[in-house]
Amino acid sequence: MPDTPARGVTRAVFEITVNGEARRVDVDLRTTLLDLLREHLGLMGTKKGCDHGQCGACTVLANGLRINSCLSLAIMHEGDAVTTIEGVGLPPNLHPLQRAFLERDAFQCGYCTPGQICSALGMLGEVERGEPSQATEDLAAEDVVLTDAEIRERMSGNICRCSAYPQILEAIRDVAGSAA
Amino acid sequence: MSPFTYERAEDATGAAKAAAATPGAKFLAGGTNLLDLMKLEIERPSHLIDVGRLPLAEIAETSDGGLRIGAVVSNTAAASDRRVRARYPVLAQALLSGASAQLRNKATVGGNLMQRTRCPYFYDPAKPCNKREPGAGCSALEGLNRSHAILGASEACIAVNPSDMAVALSALEAKVETVTPSGQARAFAIDDVHRLPGDTPEIETNLGAGELVTAVVLPPPPDWPQDYRKVRDRASYAGGLFSLARAGDRLALGAVALKPWRATLAEAARAAGASPAEAAEAELAGAKGRGGNDFKIVLAKRVVAAALEEGAGG
Repeated sequence: MPDTPARGVTRAVFEITVNGEARRVDVDLRTTLLDLLREHLGLMGTKKGCDHGQCGACTVLANGLRINSCLSLAIMHEGDAVTTIEGVGLPPNLHPLQRAFLERDAFQCGYCTPGQICSALGMLGEVERGEPSQATEDLAAEDVVLTDAEIRERMSGNICRCSAYPQILEAIRDVAGSAA
Repeated sequence: MSPFTYERAEDATGAAKAAAATPGAKFLAGGTNLLDLMKLEIERPSHLIDVGRLPLAEIAETSDGGLRIGAVVSNTAAASDRRVRARYPVLAQALLSGASAQLRNKATVGGNLMQRTRCPYFYDPAKPCNKREPGAGCSALEGLNRSHAILGASEACIAVNPSDMAVALSALEAKVETVTPSGQARAFAIDDVHRLPGDTPEIETNLGAGELVTAVVLPPPPDWPQDYRKVRDRASYAGGLFSLARAGDRLALGAVALKPWRATLAEAARAAGASPAEAAEAELAGAKGRGGNDFKIVLAKRVVAAALEEGAGG
């Protein structure tokens, strides 16, 4: 069991693995996972948009699952493995999905892009595991057929103010198609 | 955010005991609603008891052919479970119609039940709200109340319960299992968990101080059909303006009251031979609009009648 902070203490020291590297952090308990990544670990790729779980710009993968890092306390992730956009790929070694976003011009300002990409990677894992969505016509079906309607529904937690949605869809489809 | 202390619970009874013994303590599981409210200082717990790692993350068969869903099972895991999808599709549909994938991955079944209203006045500390500050008044009565309650509301509060899941659980006649600080296991019928506002809208459930939800228990699946219909302003990632869960002969309505609204009057009318439209009229006879939400009464009648029409042959 990891150490549990004692009563009366409003800070915590704990370990968390970020992009494959074990980090020991010492933070105020109020620190969100998002603020830990950006302000304490210097990983500025993950973005703060609304800070209330409505825009998806802060999406990261925690133990492989996409979550809104703004609505999670860092301490809740003691011992977890977190992947941010920096862990997905950095130039020149970009992930195929990052390359697809460039090739498809799937952004304008780019602020939502790290969240879009982390979210899409999490989404592809969900599809691989056969997890349904609201757009899944047959809930009993073994496999998910990744139609455009499925991708749109599954990506609805990521807002793009520049409205690059058609290109985001194409970029995801490029990679999902090649993976399938 | 106000400062707080934190502990990670080791067992459910210990968590309940700690919650009862610590003034200002709150349980934390997925945190998707609580942390949002803490950032706005609408929730100001002095101590958080993290129950997210309790061994309550299993979905298991019950001896009578139902399912027991542990309180910290994520909304995604519950909706993705093959048994839930095959036997309780109304529940899977309701869960999948709520929030976004990121939130469903984090939010738990127990937390879904305990989430608080999204009434915009509850969320705005600059406005009076009887839930936040008993006696302050209700801004929604004369305010923008398009999303508000048409059934079971009071002059103190016209907020609605935002859960889709709870509406499906009501139609399924689920039970909610809890543990009290003294270690006693209790079970509530889903319709007895949440309270109507009355004069005390700040008291939202019938759970006692420190009482912790440990599981949701589904009885054996009802007869078909089962389905969940949600009407809202955009196709995805939006709260409902009205929803209907159907499980065999049982109906429950969402986004109409401060609790999932089991439609017993419509069910009784149907059993007595009433037409779908008559059954819908019977349920909504007591509905009261406040101006902005008057349309919900018509909407509710139409959706209920349409659903019953479609199921009339089956």
